Amino acid sequence: MGAEGESVQRLMPEFHRRHPEIEVKIQSIPWTAAHEKLLTAYAGNSLPDMCQLGNTWIPEFALLAALENLNGWLDSSTTVKPEHYFPGIWDTNVLEGAAFGIPWYVDTRLLFYRKDILQRAGYAHAPRTWQEWLEVSRRIKQLPGGENNYAILLPTNEWAPFVITGLQAGSRLLRDGNRYGDFSGAAFTRAFEFLMQFYRDKLAPVGITQVTNIYQGMAEGFFAMYLTGPWNIGEFRKRMPADLQDDWMTAPLPGPDEHTPGVSLAGGSSLVMFKSSRHKPQVWKLIAYLSEARQQLEFYRITGDLPAVRAAWQDTSLANNLHVQAFYRQLEYVVPTPKIPEWEQIAMKVQQYAEIASLQRRPLTEVLAALDRDIDLILEKRRWLLELKSHD
Amino acid sequence: MTDARRPRTLQVEIKSLRRAAYFFLAPALLPIFLFFFVPALAAFLLSFTDFDIYALGNFQYVRFVGLKNYFQLLQDPLFWKATANTFYYVLVGGPLAIAASLGTALLLHSRVIRFKGFFRTVYFAPVVTTLVAVAVVWRFLYHPRFGLLNYVLGFFGIDPIDWLGDPNWAMPAIILMSMWKNFGYNMIIFIAGLQSIPEQLYEAARMDGANAWQQFTSITLPLLMPTTVFVSIIAMIGNFQLFTEPYVMTQGGPVNSTLSLVLLMYQQGFRWWNLGYSAAIAFVLFGIILAGSLLQTWLQKRREA
Repeated sequence: MGAEGESVQRLMPEFHRRHPEIEVKIQSIPWTAAHEKLLTAYAGNSLPDMCQLGNTWIPEFALLAALENLNGWLDSSTTVKPEHYFPGIWDTNVLEGAAFGIPWYVDTRLLFYRKDILQRAGYAHAPRTWQEWLEVSRRIKQLPGGENNYAILLPTNEWAPFVITGLQAGSRLLRDGNRYGDFSGAAFTRAFEFLMQFYRDKLAPVGITQVTNIYQGMAEGFFAMYLTGPWNIGEFRKRMPADLQDDWMTAPLPGPDEHTPGVSLAGGSSLVMFKSSRHKPQVWKLIAYLSEARQQLEFYRITGDLPAVRAAWQDTSLANNLHVQAFYRQLEYVVPTPKIPEWEQIAMKVQQYAEIASLQRRPLTEVLAALDRDIDLILEKRRWLLELKSHD
Repeated sequence: MTDARRPRTLQVEIKSLRRAAYFFLAPALLPIFLFFFVPALAAFLLSFTDFDIYALGNFQYVRFVGLKNYFQLLQDPLFWKATANTFYYVLVGGPLAIAASLGTALLLHSRVIRFKGFFRTVYFAPVVTTLVAVAVVWRFLYHPRFGLLNYVLGFFGIDPIDWLGDPNWAMPAIILMSMWKNFGYNMIIFIAGLQSIPEQLYEAARMDGANAWQQFTSITLPLLMPTTVFVSIIAMIGNFQLFTEPYVMTQGGPVNSTLSLVLLMYQQGFRWWNLGYSAAIAFVLFGIILAGSLLQTWLQKRREA
């Protein structure tokens, strides 16, 4: 998908050399259309043999019984082992004990920040707890010129920060076996109130129109912190001015208190095999090939996508890269979002209500109660089905 | 007696003629019935069910929900946002586009212009160009820092506008682009309408001492009325179905400012796979377009009466 679809072509010559009898056709589809295209392919019985699947999509395609259970293939494999992967990432591929995907590359969110600005605010390191996070933000705001600048960018067209802090506070997001929303529960409310403080104290810009270019905004010091993913390491290197290249850094996320590490999202893409495939042994050979540490490393060099296989991280190109190392530490503490097909729809709702809460001065408990009502509506079908199955 | 029998043979004759007519029409009617009416009816029934991703996996999981989808639609802020955006596009973009096509048609029809064939081709070219390619080029034109449009505005001392990133400017930007893309089509229809106005009328008017403006308002406009009605109904139906432009340029953003009804229908149907809900949106849109067309023909009839 996207750039990956084209880049993986460059790994193919070696595979063809080893398995000249297998013919591989690669079709690259843009991320924005991938979900629709795959579902339509399912409805039209024209799925490919295998594909790359965003790991939050796995529950949906597993539910459609479109994915091959890989447990059997894993048992007989000598090279692909669950323990080669970050546990949180591996977990996203497993549903009721069955693995439906093999992690291909990983993705999580962490803190990108301006070292020099934090230093001026009296912080030689990135904030490690929520309290430090808020504290350093307040101090940045008090710096000269602070009235026109902000400490952090928390755009309300991204759901990740809201979900991440909720997970950090210990919320499961949904309750009763993912039957109802739990966003008005105590844990999520605490996290939501914490993030809303940044908007209310003018530590984060409200709305998404003030910053049209995050790299420019970060370079100008319009904001000093931003939660984002590994793809932005390359972008920051390319787009930040040369004299600021030593002044930006990445760090694992702050946690709610000193004893709790700040967890982040277990994102990334997996390789899946479709049940309808008539070339399963060959597909597994390709999955195993792409899961070798060497190929993972090569893929990182081509695309900048972080390798899923932990052995690949020992290579100097990753081990000596300070910006990347923060991701390795964060990846030890990642948790999946609820593994149900409705998740993406729910995430969009969270984002929508976060925007409402940041713009309006309504009591947050009221906003979150409304969010839960909307989510319970989305989950109505799921509850009905679970009820139906329990009677069988 | 012969008188009494004659109508019957006539009737029989008409009947057999009719049968022959249906026979010859069948090759056209049958596909229309199969590929248009049957799917439309199926979609209508779908709008009363909760067909979704679960139902796609197992057809037993479809429930008949009556009018629930429609009631839910009325409470959905996104639906109202999309409806408002669509009306914005239709009510602002539609008349502007028609004015542009009429203007260029008048220019190309007038005697003072040379190389008419060349200009007609040039103005018609965007219509036959792929929208996706057009959108890519226009995204460059609209670029906040490097775009040609902001560069030109800079000469007049106007600050750069983030055309596709600012919620207030995204819809005008979409309107401008689709106007440029589509005005050529209606222009051709207007030119045909203008050519069918008899030259003698203008001659007579000139003899009576009418100036160019009087000729335009008293001869050209009234005689062009049927063409204008036709063009505006077709344009309105097309404009209500706004989809490709925002889909390619903005994906409905920023902050849903370019989310159209069809785009919402597409997202609900093919992104979230809520096909029942999506079908309900389709039929609400059908109702709106039907009402719009009826209103326009009614206005036209009243004007004639």
